[in-house]
Amino acid sequence: MVACNCGCDDELTKQLDKIIDPYRGNPGGLIQVLTKAQNLVGYLPKWVQIQIAEGLGVSLQEVFGVITFYAFFSLIPRGRHKISVCAGTACYVKGTKMVLKTLRELLDIKPGQTTPDSRFTLEQVRCIGACGLAPAMIIDGKDVHGRLEPEIIPGVLEQYA
Amino acid sequence: MKSLDELAKIKESRRAALKIREGVPSATEKAHVMMCGGAGCISSKCLEVVDAMKEALSKNGIAEQVQIILTGCMGPCDMGPVAIVYPDATFYRRLKPKDAEAIVEEHIMKGNLVQRLLYRAPGAKEPTPKVTDIDLFAKQKKIVLRNNFYIDPTSIEDYIANDGYAALGKALTQMQPAEIIEEVKKSGLRGRGGAGFSTGMKWGFTAAASGSPKYVVCNGDEGDPGAFMDRSVLEGDPHSVIEGMAICGRAIGAEQGYVYVRAEYPLAIERLDYAIQKARENGLLGKDILGTGFNFDIEIRIGAGAFVCGEETALLTSIEGKRGEPRPRPPFPANAGVWGKPTVLNNVETWANIPEIILKGAAAYAAIGTEKSKGTKVFALAGRINNTGIIEVPMGTTLREIVFEIGGGIPRKKAFKAVQTGGPSGGCIPADYLDTPVDYDSLGALGAIMGSGGMIVLDEDSCMVDIAKFFLDFVVDESCGKCSPCRIGTKRMYEILDNISKGKGKEGDIELLVELATTIKATALCGLGQTAPNPVLSTIRYFRKEYEEHIRDKKCACNVCELEE
Repeated sequence: MVACNCGCDDELTKQLDKIIDPYRGNPGGLIQVLTKAQNLVGYLPKWVQIQIAEGLGVSLQEVFGVITFYAFFSLIPRGRHKISVCAGTACYVKGTKMVLKTLRELLDIKPGQTTPDSRFTLEQVRCIGACGLAPAMIIDGKDVHGRLEPEIIPGVLEQYA
Repeated sequence: MKSLDELAKIKESRRAALKIREGVPSATEKAHVMMCGGAGCISSKCLEVVDAMKEALSKNGIAEQVQIILTGCMGPCDMGPVAIVYPDATFYRRLKPKDAEAIVEEHIMKGNLVQRLLYRAPGAKEPTPKVTDIDLFAKQKKIVLRNNFYIDPTSIEDYIANDGYAALGKALTQMQPAEIIEEVKKSGLRGRGGAGFSTGMKWGFTAAASGSPKYVVCNGDEGDPGAFMDRSVLEGDPHSVIEGMAICGRAIGAEQGYVYVRAEYPLAIERLDYAIQKARENGLLGKDILGTGFNFDIEIRIGAGAFVCGEETALLTSIEGKRGEPRPRPPFPANAGVWGKPTVLNNVETWANIPEIILKGAAAYAAIGTEKSKGTKVFALAGRINNTGIIEVPMGTTLREIVFEIGGGIPRKKAFKAVQTGGPSGGCIPADYLDTPVDYDSLGALGAIMGSGGMIVLDEDSCMVDIAKFFLDFVVDESCGKCSPCRIGTKRMYEILDNISKGKGKEGDIELLVELATTIKATALCGLGQTAPNPVLSTIRYFRKEYEEHIRDKKCACNVCELEE
């Protein structure tokens, strides 16, 4: 077999096929397939998009259109841990600016960027619904850290290698 | 479960087992500890308290005689982790793992309340041990959150014990579809997503629409920043939403439902998914429900982070796997919804009201609230307020009661400035209107909206220009870009506000903002654009002086804006 140089990975290709199988020929499953594919690969590179487009029977343009519409999907690799700083109203009035400033200083990256060691990706999200704990952030989509102050943020980050 | 009789039997036996939660001491059990397992308390590490308590119970050899139940959100997030110990209904707050031993050894074993963990009202010397005596809870009226102190959200039997699925049973065996719709109409229930359209009329249009199959959809894409009511319902009582949707399925002749939930709510998705599985296993979803021949099932669709998908036509498009862009109405979803078929779309909180309306009747429900806004409303209190969290009050409760009596007022003796309702579509209501009864129409008249129920309290340190700018920044970011009034108009408004906030505003800027706002409201395609200027218009209406100070004096009295020299 000739090695392909598009960046795809044999093992991942097979697993991606398994994700696509229940939705084959069913364009309605596009968002669900993309969500699972991103969980598998970490982001959505072109080879993943092509495989999904062919599998579901939609155009590549449509796949790209959906990916770029939703904030959850990423075209570029992300860090091992995703820090989502809540920028909802309650957090905003209680100190989102401070949280972001502290994180920018600690990690030396801006929202949307990933640290050079691929440990953290920093982003801002619109309300995680933890307004009672404002200001808050959520790490890896599940761990909510609330009542943040500049002094406690380094300790929070230490929990994520 | 194949019949109503079986449902009644489960209810009876489970109810007896849960007597202790109604205050009746049990011969075999010492206590039920209801630990709040809402997302707020989980992030305040309530699970560590649970572990410590289990350990203390085993150490004392009474693990078999005490149940620890992780409930849905109890409301007072800022006091978390909180717990209620039955049968005496003692409310404990700010629990740490090290407190578990005291509760077990003192309270549960000896009957002595642990004084230092009890709630004390602001300024009060004596604690208020009993949950029902605490002002914050006593002034509430719970319909949507009826189960939150009582059930384990992962137990379908607990839900059944408190009349769960009895309304579905009634709708399937004693009511014709038209009667169900009539009952919902008579209840006066209006859409809790914010727009306030009559739920019964919506169902009626969909039932009458030609086209098949029909669909039932739940909007759980709670995107308004500062709102987390739907999350609390889905986490704390997912079966109430399932039951409400199934009743609608019977009323309009639909067999398939979808719940669209935000990806940002992983715990809500997990609990709902589990509840759907349990409902299927028990024959309350799927084929031939309760042996009546009625079929209904529900699928979860997870949103992928787009605020505009809370708009109904955008949400329906997103369910189909496409870019969630809104489209013009008509046709309304009642005629052309998911896959172009007739669809009822209601918000999570609306669905949670349905079982209660069907079971207890429209008249009982309509007796609560104001003339044109019936029932209760769940609000999420946040911002500069003492008691942050979830509350449920009758429609018509005044803002003053909500902010000062239930919410406990403003921290650090600061002065109240405004309450922001309705998120990016709403407005700021100043102190002069604190005695306004909260309902759809009175808030609308003030230039705000009811919205989905987020209430952010602002104090004297909050700059209103900055708040307006915050919301416009949000809208600019979340505008889908399909129509130009929203895509370009909000961007221009943001630029003007940004200049004002930096001390670079000019005379005429306020008038220009109003002109742009009026045009956008009149011409944008969907609800997002049509309401986007509201935060700016309402802050200009009530706090024009602050805008003028920024423009003329190059000064931010609250010291929030970073003015450039």
